Amino acid sequence: MIGVFYLTSFTRALQGTTCWRDCHSEENNSRSRFLQQATMQFSRRKKVISSSLTEYGHSLQLYSQPPIENISLSEFETFAVERLKLLKTVDNLGVSYVKGSEDYKRKLSTEISNLNFPFRSEAGMVATELEKRRKDHISHFILRLAYCQTEDLRRWFIQQEMDLFRHRFTDLPSKFKTEFLHRNDLHYDTASTEEKEALMEKLVSSTFMVSGTTVLEQDFYKVPFQDALDLVKMRKIFLRAGFAYIPHQDIVTIVLNDFRTQLSKALALTARSLPTVQSDERLQPLLSHLSHAYVGQDYSIQKNVGKISLEQIDQLSVKSFPLCMRELQRSLREQHHLRHGGRMQYGLFLKGVGLTLDQALQFWRAEFIKGKVDSDKFDKAYAYSIRHMFGKEGKRTDYTPYSCMKIILSNPPSQGDFHGCPFRHSDPELLKQRLQTYKLSQAGISQVMELVKGMHYQLACQKYFELTHNIEDSGFTLNHPNQYFAESQRLLTGVGEMRKEADAPRGGQAVPAPTAPDALQDQPANPGPAFTEITKDLDSFFQDY
Amino acid sequence: MSDYDPASLPDLLPLYYRRLFPFSQYYRWLNYGGVTKSYFQNREFSFTLKDDVYVRYQSFSTQSELEKEIQKMNPYKIDIGAVYSHRPNQHNTVKSGSFQALEKELVFDIDMTDYDDVRSCCSAADICSKCWTLMTIAIRILDRALREDFGFRHLLWVYSGRRGVHCWVCDASARKLPVAARSAVCEYLSLVKGGEDTVKKVQLTDPIHPFIKESLAVVEHYFSRYALGEQDILGSKESAGRVLALLQDDILLNQCDLEQNQWKELLLYFQSESNAGKRWERLKALVNQKRSKRGSHAEKEIMLQYCYPRLDVNVSKGVNHLLKSPFSVHPKTGRISVPIDLRELDRFDPFDVPTISCICEELDRPLRPEEELQEPRDGEREVGEKRRIRDYKRTSLAKYIRAFDLFLDGMERSRKGELLRKSDLQNDF
Repeated sequence: MIGVFYLTSFTRALQGTTCWRDCHSEENNSRSRFLQQATMQFSRRKKVISSSLTEYGHSLQLYSQPPIENISLSEFETFAVERLKLLKTVDNLGVSYVKGSEDYKRKLSTEISNLNFPFRSEAGMVATELEKRRKDHISHFILRLAYCQTEDLRRWFIQQEMDLFRHRFTDLPSKFKTEFLHRNDLHYDTASTEEKEALMEKLVSSTFMVSGTTVLEQDFYKVPFQDALDLVKMRKIFLRAGFAYIPHQDIVTIVLNDFRTQLSKALALTARSLPTVQSDERLQPLLSHLSHAYVGQDYSIQKNVGKISLEQIDQLSVKSFPLCMRELQRSLREQHHLRHGGRMQYGLFLKGVGLTLDQALQFWRAEFIKGKVDSDKFDKAYAYSIRHMFGKEGKRTDYTPYSCMKIILSNPPSQGDFHGCPFRHSDPELLKQRLQTYKLSQAGISQVMELVKGMHYQLACQKYFELTHNIEDSGFTLNHPNQYFAESQRLLTGVGEMRKEADAPRGGQAVPAPTAPDALQDQPANPGPAFTEITKDLDSFFQDY
Repeated sequence: MSDYDPASLPDLLPLYYRRLFPFSQYYRWLNYGGVTKSYFQNREFSFTLKDDVYVRYQSFSTQSELEKEIQKMNPYKIDIGAVYSHRPNQHNTVKSGSFQALEKELVFDIDMTDYDDVRSCCSAADICSKCWTLMTIAIRILDRALREDFGFRHLLWVYSGRRGVHCWVCDASARKLPVAARSAVCEYLSLVKGGEDTVKKVQLTDPIHPFIKESLAVVEHYFSRYALGEQDILGSKESAGRVLALLQDDILLNQCDLEQNQWKELLLYFQSESNAGKRWERLKALVNQKRSKRGSHAEKEIMLQYCYPRLDVNVSKGVNHLLKSPFSVHPKTGRISVPIDLRELDRFDPFDVPTISCICEELDRPLRPEEELQEPRDGEREVGEKRRIRDYKRTSLAKYIRAFDLFLDGMERSRKGELLRKSDLQNDF
């Protein structure tokens, strides 16, 4: 289907130039460099073309120089798809496992080597290794093009690239880390020996995995706390007068911070030069396909609107709502009130289920006025936010229902809140009790609790689905409460419509199961027919990240 | 002190804004010495008017424009928002997407309702002098951490007017923090986690971080008087039961007969012993003896769950989030939202804070002879500002404005210091 082309426009775009050079097609795969006269994207310095030996001198890089070689269209596509697979694996593993845990590291490392990306190579300079590094380099830059277009896409891309980078950097032997810092000109202030001695006790009790002797042995870097937010928020380092004291072993945090800053600047710049690339009719569909790939349905497109009545909700909440929504419905009935977090999570879910704006207003009002809120106060204080949810107020964004990941990761419930993921945010004991009241079998409950303990919250929810629907294997990968609802309805009523809706956008490419990244291997590298898929509005796709 | 009647608010507000509201200090604060020319002009204010009519995106070019508008609208409540890229009142005229919140003070909102599961004296919007200790503890802990750990220097603590306190961190570096940094600061400062479905909300791990040690020291200072005494958390069967429920992981899980007995013994002891301190000691002794795992800090976790500050994280995170302004009136209680002088913190009593009706009344009181002397002679009409200073000095608002002045002086001094330092650096060349 695709011949071999040299993609000059791609390289040009990355360099931030706007000139156009015709591409020529050839049959063989040899590459020719063209001299780069244009300015560099980031440093705006002229780069002296060096041999690939120095260019790829380290297995890891900060991607500060764009690739300057010509590349064939088929290679372009292969590279991009494979990196996307890798990033998707990073994303999935991050949900299923604790980042940095043994399982996480093992699975991610396997995936990296399976996809032929450079990893933990000490030998370094052999040809295959250089080939891997080149692929790492080029594929990163291709995805920049595909993922620079919207805020949401950028956020997703940066997050995955950072997780990947963290994994690869952490895994480097110490001397390669130092070499990496040196090679990339990264220097940080260190605390003096006297200072370390004076702060000894505090450093030991605040820093993860250090003892008195190791404090003196290793360097402590003093950086503004803004540069080490991950460590600050976990309270894993000592903080004084606005400076975080980072032990050498955690230097990845500061490096990562630099990486993030640089990457997000670069993406903003890339977005500006995007029109050049988009005018290339060979690249445009590829890139837009890439940015859609592997992203699940977002449940913002409602085909069910008006198909359910308010009277059905109680019944549906027992049979077809995931536990989080069932709990919200129960709390709402009991309290006649939900706080903001609960209203958002539940209200958007109901919107996804098919409530119209009028129904939603009626639903919330009916419940709230049973409590402390009178009809007048409801109209003043709450009706606005419901219309807002439906995009009828404020900036008029039509908000999409929250995905499992969003519910699990952001805005955890606090005092007086009932939202969140019960598998993630409830005390195991209470969760157990709740499941007992919902008449789950003892054996089933232990299975769920086992998954909860292993922090596989979505799998636990899926187990709950299987138990409440009396099936062995649900046959889908759960990542959205509305998906849960749609699947449940499909099972219970066998309504074809629902099925179509839930499956269509994911068609062709099965969502890889988080536990079995190996399964990815079985999928064709070439996206094939999906290639011609009609481009949809990108914004709507990544909103739930 | 006169009782406040919400119905009188429309009559009192014009008087308050005309003669008492400290506009000059207010402007001096938000202008930040004119850091950038448009800093004040691009600041969002929002007003709540009669019948909960809410007007967002108000902005003003000068102090007198702000003054005139407030005196014209007489808002029931004033909120302060972010400094935007453009003037907020023109936000509709700029291309969508380019109107963005750039800076705002780092703010914290601590609200007594978030403590409902650990206070027995009141619930929801009610407060009393007993539970107010929770706010004192919160201020002590956060103020120390924000200064010593994060290095901030200009913290303005404000009573919200009803049931909580606000903190405005005004350092230039704090105002510039992006969302991610704000939420990281909040997470660092948050120890109590979990909603209605979490029983045990504080989990400590070994070793205890210096920040937690410092915070524990504050809690320990107040714990026996406040929690054991005033709240009497081990006083009734129910409340003691709630405390003991927190020990489940540490003791109850290895329920052998022996421990069952000790458990009963403890409950019996609670019934017979009237001294709350002794009851607590006994509980601690049992925990120490029966620690199920090394590095368990059960009694510390209880103390923190009952006393540690609970932040409304969403208020702190967003750069564009609005927060009630100092010196705004609380429409329900009529109390003025006043700055709290930390040197007097332990003596601060929310019920002493003047209501709008109280200060307006004080204004109408006949002048004492010595004040009479300062009264201008006929014909010499004073202009607004001077007269206002003389006016508020006659009311119980005076000491709170003095605290505000002190805060502003502190910022001014460090601004000058910064300028000097910069010019010194330049002179080095």
